[in-house]
Amino acid sequence: MSFEQVLQYIFSGITVGSIYAVVAIGFNIIYNSTGIINFAQGEFVMMGGIIAHSFTPTMPLFLAVVLAVVITTAVGSLIELVFIRSLKNPSVLRMIIITIGLSILIREIALHIWDEKIRALPFFTGSEVTSITIFGAHISPQVLWVLGITALIVVALQFFFYFTFTGQAMRACAANRKAASLCGINTRKMVNLSFCLSAAIGAVAGCTVSPLTQTHYAMGTPLAIKGFTVAILGGLGNSTAAVLAGLLLGLLESFSISLLPMAYKDVIAISILLLILFFRPGGLFQSRQIVALKSF
Amino acid sequence: MDLKRYYPVVVLILVVILIQILTSLFGITFYLTQLTMSAYYSLLTIGLCMLMGYAGQISLGQAGFFAIGGYTTAFLTTVNLIDKAEAPVLSLFKSLGIMVLREDLYGNKILHLSPWVAFLFAVIITIFIAFLIGVPVLKLKGHYLAMATLGFGIIVYRVVLGTRAFGEADGITRVPGFNLLPGIRVSGDFANRVENYYIAWVLVIIGAILLINLVNSRAGRALRYLHGSEEAASTMGVNVSRYKLNVFVLSAIYASVAGVFLTHFNAGIGPSEASVMKSVRYVAIVAAGGMANLWGTLIMAVTLNFLSLRGVFGTYDDAVFAVILIVIMLFAPRGLIRKGVISEIEFAFKKLKPGGIIKVKRES
Repeated sequence: MSFEQVLQYIFSGITVGSIYAVVAIGFNIIYNSTGIINFAQGEFVMMGGIIAHSFTPTMPLFLAVVLAVVITTAVGSLIELVFIRSLKNPSVLRMIIITIGLSILIREIALHIWDEKIRALPFFTGSEVTSITIFGAHISPQVLWVLGITALIVVALQFFFYFTFTGQAMRACAANRKAASLCGINTRKMVNLSFCLSAAIGAVAGCTVSPLTQTHYAMGTPLAIKGFTVAILGGLGNSTAAVLAGLLLGLLESFSISLLPMAYKDVIAISILLLILFFRPGGLFQSRQIVALKSF
Repeated sequence: MDLKRYYPVVVLILVVILIQILTSLFGITFYLTQLTMSAYYSLLTIGLCMLMGYAGQISLGQAGFFAIGGYTTAFLTTVNLIDKAEAPVLSLFKSLGIMVLREDLYGNKILHLSPWVAFLFAVIITIFIAFLIGVPVLKLKGHYLAMATLGFGIIVYRVVLGTRAFGEADGITRVPGFNLLPGIRVSGDFANRVENYYIAWVLVIIGAILLINLVNSRAGRALRYLHGSEEAASTMGVNVSRYKLNVFVLSAIYASVAGVFLTHFNAGIGPSEASVMKSVRYVAIVAAGGMANLWGTLIMAVTLNFLSLRGVFGTYDDAVFAVILIVIMLFAPRGLIRKGVISEIEFAFKKLKPGGIIKVKRES
């Protein structure tokens, strides 16, 4: 394998990996504030891409993306209001089944509103043949868009969670919901906000990646599984580690294609998930002492 | 011995016979084909009911075990060994009488293992894989357990979809019938329709009786404690991990047996049988049946699978199951078919009327 080829694989790995990371962050935001794994997380990514695509004929691309994000956020908020809020101390089994049901329902609705065709947003700059040469590797400018926007999302979220009042309130809510509500924080609002946030970043990711990987009504579930793998790899709830884990999984996958048939690509990601669950359920980066206190 | 618990079995047998007689009388025996298929899916579902309802462990990989059973038997009974017929192992097998020589539609000779051996092999493989997966997986709880079983299901799906020997996206076709006993044959031929209907339901009834006995045994009590609280059960001396593992393997065997029989009945199997949606569907049925409710699950399994196979839900097939999952889990997490559900609905309606709550309170 030549140096250029390696570089090519690395770029495709970190592109896919950064999308996994965004999905994983979406999982983490909701998990932190509610203790729920939202299996419908991948559907937000699908919705972002597919809604923006149907707006593009009538308006500029930027506006279409913004509208798609707004609509997806509204759907995320609605899901929380209708399905999650009314439950008092639900069992984990119940929550899993409800979010899985939601994921299938959104997918089926998307199938009936749109169709089973594969569609893609136009490239943000240039077209599918434009490429930039970096150290001999040819990459699409869209890759830079994906990396840039992912970085922006991560930095903005860090800023939001650590330096704004609302973000700090959400973190308080994640640490201890009862104590937070005793301090006067409206915990219900925070839970709703967490659904909005993760729907929004999912939709943004869905739009930026659409020119490269295409958008399809059934793309959500595989993405959700990869995202969950990444979230577990980094330790559930830890968003900074999720970024590292996402890039790691992306790179592993892109190099695995050069060794194994394409059909087994998912098998690798899921085998990693199973191995991590069996041997290090706390993730790669957590200390053993912390893991010993938790139950999995 | 308390025979009361077997009354539903008697009712089931009577209903099965009644349906066969009625369909024959009205000349609508084609319904029996879907009822046979539903019966096999029901067999899987009551096994899952044992795991989810009684042991309290979710499995989103049940279709994986179904596919392991189906694909093993399909592969072993279609792979042509005629070129290697002189190999010592095969001669040994032949002298043991476990090989079958038949001709296909075009008159080509096909030599393969007998379905009985394939069946046993499928069950053994399933037990092996279930143990292998079960030991680490069942240490997990909640989301982690759900994801791990889901991951297992997807791996099976991807492997059968990506492997040439398993026919990739086409699956394996032209699977021969399965001669259970001389004269009794599992196959989709029209002539065998009534016979196959009874084979399927006898299998379900045997499966159900085994589960009833299990639920009412020492192991069944242990499982119920386990579902209530693993810690408490463990303190009372229940070997929690062993019981969980055994039920996991048992439910895998049910799924695998269903897979074997349905594959012979349909004369083939495709990768869609291993898909995540199938696993979710089985979970939906168990949830709708009331989790720890064998008969509720059975009724739901037959009804929903039958309607789905008849194409009643049309293109909304998956959506229907999704809605069932959501609605059941939101409003009736203990299922629809159980004691006291009617009075609860009445209660809910009384509350809706003006001043209803006060009235209800006084009554109770």
